[in-house]
Amino acid sequence: MIGLQHYLTISAMLFVLSIAGIIVNRRNLILLLMCIELMLLAVNFNFIAFSRYLGDDTGQVFVFFILTVAAAEAAIGLAILVVLFRNRRSIAVQELNTLKG
Amino acid sequence: MLFHSILFYVFAAIMFGAALGVVFSRNPVHSVMLLVLTFFNAAVLWLMAEAEFLAIVLVLVYVGAVMVLFLFVVMMLDVNVEAAKRGLTRYAPFGIAIALLMVVELMQLIWLRSQVGDTVGGFVPNPEGYSNTKALGSVLYTEHVYAFEIAAVILLLAIIAAITLTMRKRPGLKVQNIAKQVGVRAKDRIRVVKMDAEKKS
Amino acid sequence: MYEYYLTIVLAPLAAAIIAGLFGKKIGRAGAHWITIIAVGISCLLSLLVLRNMFWGGAEPENISVYTWAVTDGLRMEVGFLVDRLTALMMCVVSFVSLMVHIYTIGYMHEDPGYQRFFSYISLFTFSMLMLVMSNNFLQLFFGWEAVGLVSYLLIGFWFKRETAIFANLKAFIVNRIGDFGFILGISGVVMFSGSLDYATVFAAAEGIAAQDIEVIAGMPWNAMTLVCILLFIGAMGKSAQAPLHVWLPDSMAGPTPISALIHAATMVTAGIFMVARMSPLFEFSTTALGVVIIIGAITAFFTGLLGIVQNDIKRVVAYSTLSQLGYMTVALGASAYSAAIFHLMTHAFFKALLFLAAGSVIIALHHEQDIRKMGGIRKYMPITYWTALIGSLALIGFPGSSGFFSKDLLIEAVKESHWREGVSMGDQITYWIAYLSVLLGVFVTALYSFRMFFLVFHGEERMDAEAKSHLHETPAVVTVPLILLAIPSAIIGWFTAGPVLFGNYFGESIFVAESQDVLAHMGETIWHGSAGLVTHIHKSPAFWLAAAGTFTAWFLYLKRPDIPETIKNKVSGLYNLLDRKYYIDDLYINGIAAGGRWVGRFLWEKGDELIIDGVLVNGTAKSVGRLAGIMRQIQTGYLYTYAFAMIIGLTMLLGWLVWLR
Repeated sequence: MIGLQHYLTISAMLFVLSIAGIIVNRRNLILLLMCIELMLLAVNFNFIAFSRYLGDDTGQVFVFFILTVAAAEAAIGLAILVVLFRNRRSIAVQELNTLKG
Repeated sequence: MLFHSILFYVFAAIMFGAALGVVFSRNPVHSVMLLVLTFFNAAVLWLMAEAEFLAIVLVLVYVGAVMVLFLFVVMMLDVNVEAAKRGLTRYAPFGIAIALLMVVELMQLIWLRSQVGDTVGGFVPNPEGYSNTKALGSVLYTEHVYAFEIAAVILLLAIIAAITLTMRKRPGLKVQNIAKQVGVRAKDRIRVVKMDAEKKS
Repeated sequence: MYEYYLTIVLAPLAAAIIAGLFGKKIGRAGAHWITIIAVGISCLLSLLVLRNMFWGGAEPENISVYTWAVTDGLRMEVGFLVDRLTALMMCVVSFVSLMVHIYTIGYMHEDPGYQRFFSYISLFTFSMLMLVMSNNFLQLFFGWEAVGLVSYLLIGFWFKRETAIFANLKAFIVNRIGDFGFILGISGVVMFSGSLDYATVFAAAEGIAAQDIEVIAGMPWNAMTLVCILLFIGAMGKSAQAPLHVWLPDSMAGPTPISALIHAATMVTAGIFMVARMSPLFEFSTTALGVVIIIGAITAFFTGLLGIVQNDIKRVVAYSTLSQLGYMTVALGASAYSAAIFHLMTHAFFKALLFLAAGSVIIALHHEQDIRKMGGIRKYMPITYWTALIGSLALIGFPGSSGFFSKDLLIEAVKESHWREGVSMGDQITYWIAYLSVLLGVFVTALYSFRMFFLVFHGEERMDAEAKSHLHETPAVVTVPLILLAIPSAIIGWFTAGPVLFGNYFGESIFVAESQDVLAHMGETIWHGSAGLVTHIHKSPAFWLAAAGTFTAWFLYLKRPDIPETIKNKVSGLYNLLDRKYYIDDLYINGIAAGGRWVGRFLWEKGDELIIDGVLVNGTAKSVGRLAGIMRQIQTGYLYTYAFAMIIGLTMLLGWLVWLR
């Protein structure tokens, strides 16, 4: 029977995969954003699974808000990305080391 | 129920494979397309968990809007194909090892250490005539109405932020200034000079 | 009387400020007039106070002028305690100061620092009056340090001369040692009695004497002994007692009026005054009195010997001052405080006179100080000659002079002192050391005094022709103070010896334990009036010793001037010992000071530069820098590195949660 743990497993695997994506990838900033979307998806899986498990709809309302915020975040992130590209003609992660000071 | 399980595993496998592709694909366009696939499969899985409204929203909002936006940006930025050969960081193996370790930890947590009572039974099916949309709506617009409004403001904020970030003045762009045109006065344009007639020499 | 006291103290201060800050505006004449008038006012009022005390029967007054601070029950005040002791000191200080002010007009008239000098000596007068009029230890310490400061400034008055700078530094440093003891003593007083006020502390004296303190664990010392010895260390510094005497001869690098005022008559006697003022404390500690008498005896005799070999006219007088201070200290140790103060007073007059006379000679010879280049000055400078003669006779104790009464009775007091009755071996040794020192000191005093006197005023004229042609008597501003000082030097002993020493003049201001009250004992047995003392002179060994000393000086330096040279060559070892001042200066400069410098250099180079700067400060910075150099490799600036670090942390946290908990 497919239940809570299966969904949690899927969620965990998706989450870890997106983490690995963030760590491993170094060429493309867009991919980082995509990995973040994946991560949020994994989180949403958790919310839905627990919402169903506990029979409480609030969890799903939360997913709704997460989707909203994720959409906003994607919009702003991509806007920043566009500006960045305009300024530096590149979105390679490995070139963004201004944090070093 | 077996069929249900098989379907779950199939879609989960497709989703996971697509997600792997997102992360490790060399071409960013492929990544986005695979991400779309991931979201579709996720929507299916959510449907199977009887969260129909969110599944539809995921497809409509995410695949329909956000992913298209991603695709649009990827195309627009024209990341050169040569560089699309995405290199991995030099400690990628170590990173993957860490990720695997984390998976092991999480699995152990979920399967062995969890205090969830009914580990074999699935979710309790919703009763007959239950409408997920209606249920969500009745909660969303009553209990969480403030949060809902804040979410709306956040979206507005995102719109404004995205526009202000990306808008720029291009030098040499010829545009009308309507306000100036309307506000112009005759004396700004012509000067009436009075002078005596000159004699012919 | 309150207004009188304030005026006495503040008039010189105001004059000092005006002369010091507005010296250019008021000019030279303005500077000396304002300071002389101010000190004159002080002097007159002091005499008035003394008159009221002595003949008017005024009671001692203890006035608190101003409460400066109260902290934890400890009142810090400015106040005046005016009793007969104070009144006497005030008169001595302001009178000598007035004389010196007048004299300075003549002595310093060519000096560019004229106004500055007057400002300083007025400031000194203020400080000294604050010291003697104080009614508490804090103000005493203020005055103590203020006179030390002015002394420092005045020794180095000619700040372009290297010897003057050396001398004032030396005076300052040596005085620091004494003052360190002094402030420890004051701290001890506060610790044991909880008060700075004289009256309170003296009332608590018996209680202090009953306490013990273990400065070094396992060695209980009597609290009073400790306090008194510490206070006396302060007096040793200020009054130049061995072994802290080394600064006084060098201080002669200052102008002569200063030597007369500060380094002979007043400041150096502050220590004597202080011990006399603290007599209610010292009387409770026989041990401290023993220390006082031994130190005094050593100073009195051995510094006197040094006077014999000096060739600088001022240094001879300086060593004589040291020796006389030793006499006073011996008297203090013998519990004859009145005798010490009496000798202080007469000494202030005749020593100031001698200094001013020496200064007069120095002016006449255009700042030549070497007595080997003088001689036969008598006929050129009669006034100076006669006044110097009076001063010298007073110094050696010629019968009838002021010095005779003070010194002869002082020696008598030592002879009769309670130490003689001491049963223990230590008491007997102390007694004989003290008595023999002061007795033989008389011979030495006579010898060096008249050696100088004969060399300067008699004999062949050894100065060069240039100097001789200008030689004449000094102007009135110089000679008038000489005469005015010569009068009390000659006669004051006649009238005052009886009442001061035996007539209970000091009353309550000096306390002597009954068993040690040698003067009261003498008053009953020996004293038969001034005239009686003079007529019985042939019974006094001191007189014969003084006569012998004078005769020896006459014989050696006038009759057979070749003998001293022979003696010098015969016992060159002894002569060198005296000439090098027992090598004490060498010990201090090459031993202690050099050792101090070596320690300082060691601490500076090894401690400060190597360990603190090198290892601790720069070393810390360097190791932090090196560590940071390694650590900064982690800071790549790439976002994914930071994310990775976060995730490693997250994994570890999760691992701890899953496996270890």
